Amino acid sequence: MSAGTLRIALVGNPNCGKTALFNLLTGGRQKVANYAGVTVERKEGRFVTPSGRVLQLLDLPGTYSFDANSPDEQITRDVCEGNYPGEAAPDLIVCVADATNLRLHLRFVLEVKRLGRPVVLALNMMDAAKRRGIVIDVAELQHRLGVPVVETVAVKRGGAKALIERVDGDIPVAAPAEADDAASRAGLHEQVRALLAATVTMPRATAAIDDALDRWALHPVFGLGILAVLMFLIFQAVFSWAKPIMDAIQDGITALGVWVTAALPAESALHSLLNDGVFAGLGAVLVFLPQILILFLFILILEESGYLPRAAFLLDRLMFKAGLTGRAFIPLLSSFACAIPGIMATRSITDPRDRLTTILVAPLMTCSARLPVYTLLIAAFIPSRTVWGIFNLQGVVLFTLYVVGIVSALAVAWVIKRFRKDKSEHALLMELPSYRMPHVRDVALGLWERAKIFLKRVGGIILALTVLLWFLSSFPGAPEGATQPAIDYSLAGRIGHVMQYVFAPIGFNWQICIALIPGLAAREVAVSALGTVYAMSGTDDAVASQLGPMIAHTWSLPTALSLLAWYVFAPQCMSTLAVIRRETNSWRNVALTAGYLFGLAYLASLITYQVARALS
Amino acid sequence: MRLSDLPKGAAAVVVQVDDTQADDPIAQRLRDLGFVAGEPVRLVARGPLGADPLLVQIGSTRFALRRSEAARVSVQVDSV
Repeated sequence: MSAGTLRIALVGNPNCGKTALFNLLTGGRQKVANYAGVTVERKEGRFVTPSGRVLQLLDLPGTYSFDANSPDEQITRDVCEGNYPGEAAPDLIVCVADATNLRLHLRFVLEVKRLGRPVVLALNMMDAAKRRGIVIDVAELQHRLGVPVVETVAVKRGGAKALIERVDGDIPVAAPAEADDAASRAGLHEQVRALLAATVTMPRATAAIDDALDRWALHPVFGLGILAVLMFLIFQAVFSWAKPIMDAIQDGITALGVWVTAALPAESALHSLLNDGVFAGLGAVLVFLPQILILFLFILILEESGYLPRAAFLLDRLMFKAGLTGRAFIPLLSSFACAIPGIMATRSITDPRDRLTTILVAPLMTCSARLPVYTLLIAAFIPSRTVWGIFNLQGVVLFTLYVVGIVSALAVAWVIKRFRKDKSEHALLMELPSYRMPHVRDVALGLWERAKIFLKRVGGIILALTVLLWFLSSFPGAPEGATQPAIDYSLAGRIGHVMQYVFAPIGFNWQICIALIPGLAAREVAVSALGTVYAMSGTDDAVASQLGPMIAHTWSLPTALSLLAWYVFAPQCMSTLAVIRRETNSWRNVALTAGYLFGLAYLASLITYQVARALS
Repeated sequence: MRLSDLPKGAAAVVVQVDDTQADDPIAQRLRDLGFVAGEPVRLVARGPLGADPLLVQIGSTRFALRRSEAARVSVQVDSV
C-alpha cells in the first residue's frame, strides 16, 4: 500500500477496551492534550505498520451513542464526521466493541456505520468471550454488517495483529450515509437483535464470576465493609509510603540547592533566589509527586478492575443528597491526602456539572498539609486533658476540624445545587462493567500521563509563584542596623502590616498576616514562615518546637482558634488553584474557588474570634 | 408497573420508556442503552442507603439507575 500518513480514529462504547488497544498499538508514543475550550482529553499516538505505513491514531472519548448528551460525545461525533474545527476527518474509523457485550456495543457500531465513512470493526476481548463460551460467527457478522471485522485481544502482546494487518491493506469502502432521525434510530435495536440472532450464541448473559463478586461487593453490609477496608488500606499506603519519599525529595532538593550555590556569596540575592526561590519552588512541585503517584496507582487499579463504579453505586445516594454524584466519592476521599490528585481524579466524573461541583468543594477536605499547622496550634493552645472520660481534648479538637471540613463541603455542594441556574436532572445512568485484571502497561501509562500533566501544566505555575513569593519576601532588603527580621522590611512585610487592618477583626496580628503570604506556597509553609517572622532559625522541626511556647505566650486563645478556623477554609494553597485552572481550563473557576473559600474563611474566623473573646 | 417498583431479583420485560418532559434527554439515553419494548430486564441489586440506586441488568450489561431514572421505564412482569 501507499506510504503517507493514515489518520485513524478509535471509537467505541465506554469499557470496550479501546484505550487498552490504543496503548497496545502506540505504547508510550502518545500525546495527551485538551480539545480547545473544553476539558475533554485528546489522545493521539503514532504507529508504523510492518509495510512502513505511518498511522496516526486518535483515541476518541468512549460514547454510547451519537445522540450527543455530553461534550465528549459531541466531540466524538464531530471528529468522526470531519466537522471538528482544526481536526482533519479520519481516513478510517476503527470501531471497537466488547465481544462479550455485543447487544449493547453493536448498536453503536451501526450508528458509526451510518456516518458513511470507512469503518473497520474490532471485536475486542475475544479471549474473554471464548472463555465464557460465547461463539461469534465473524464471517457472517462481517457479511451482514458490510464492514470488515477483525478479532483483537488488547491486553495480550500481539493481540492486535489482525487489526494491524487489516489497516495495512486497502481502506474499506464506506457504506452509504444514512439519515439520522428518531425513526431510524428506533430501528437500530431491531437490527442488533437480528444480527445477534444470526451470528452470536451465548451460554449465559453475564460472567458467573461477575455475579459472584457483585453479590459481595454490592451487598448492603459487606459491600460497604469492603469499601471501607479498601479505603483504609489506600490511606495507610499513601501516608506510610509517601511520607519518607517526600522527605527524601525535600532534603535532596535542598541539598542540591546548597551544592549548586556553594560558590556564590552566602548573602547575595542570587544565592537566596536560587535557594529560597528556584530550588524551593522545584521542591514544592516535586514533593507532590509521591502522593499523586501512589494515590493514582490505586485509583487506576480500582478503575481498570471495574471496582470504581461499584464504589460509586454504593455511595451515590449519600452523595446525591448533597448535590454530588457517587462518582465524586473517590476524588473527595483522595483530597484528604491532597486536593491535587483529588481534583485530577474528578476526570472519572462524566457529567461536567457534577465534576465542577466536586472540584469546587475538594479543597475543603482536610489535606495532610494542614496537619503541621493544626498540630502546632493545638499543642500550643489546647490543654491535653481528658474529656468525657475517654477522649483527649486535643484529639477532639483535631477531629472536629476534620468534621467541619466535611460538613462544609457537603453544605457548599448543597448550596451550589440550590442556587445554580441549571436545575435539570442529571442522570447517574452508569454501567457497571465486568471485573477485569488490571494490566500493568495500562496502569503504568496512566501513571506516566498523570505525572506528566502535573509536572508540565501545574509545575510551571507553582514554580513561577514560588519565585514571586520569594521576591515579595526578600525585597527590599533590611536597612543597615535593622532590629527586626529582614522579612519585616520586605514587600511581604509591608503587605502584612496593611493586611492587619483587614484581619484585626478576626484577631490576626501582623506576624500572622506576614506569614500568610509565603504560606500561600503550601499550607505547611506557614509554620516555617512564622518562624522566620519571629526570627527563629534551624530546621523545620526545631522552629516548630520553639514556635509552640513562643506563640502560646504571645497570642491569645481566640487568635489561635481563629487561625485554626481560617485554615479549615482558606484557599491557602496556590498549587490547588493551579490544578483547578488546569483541570477546568478557566480562570473564572479559580477566582470562584479562591473567592468563596476566602469569604468562608474570613466569616468562620470572625465568628470564632468574636465568640471566643466574648466568652473568655 | 415501573422498573423502580420491581422487587429485588425480579425479571420483567420493558414496555416503553416515558418522557417526563418534552425531549427528555434521560429517557432518550435509556432508549439508546437498550431499554426498548420487548427487552428482558432484571433488578439485580439495590443501593445500601434508601434502596437507591438500582442495579438493572439488560442483556449482558448492568446499569446503575437512580430511582427517578428507573421510574421512566414501564415494565411488564412475566406471569409465568
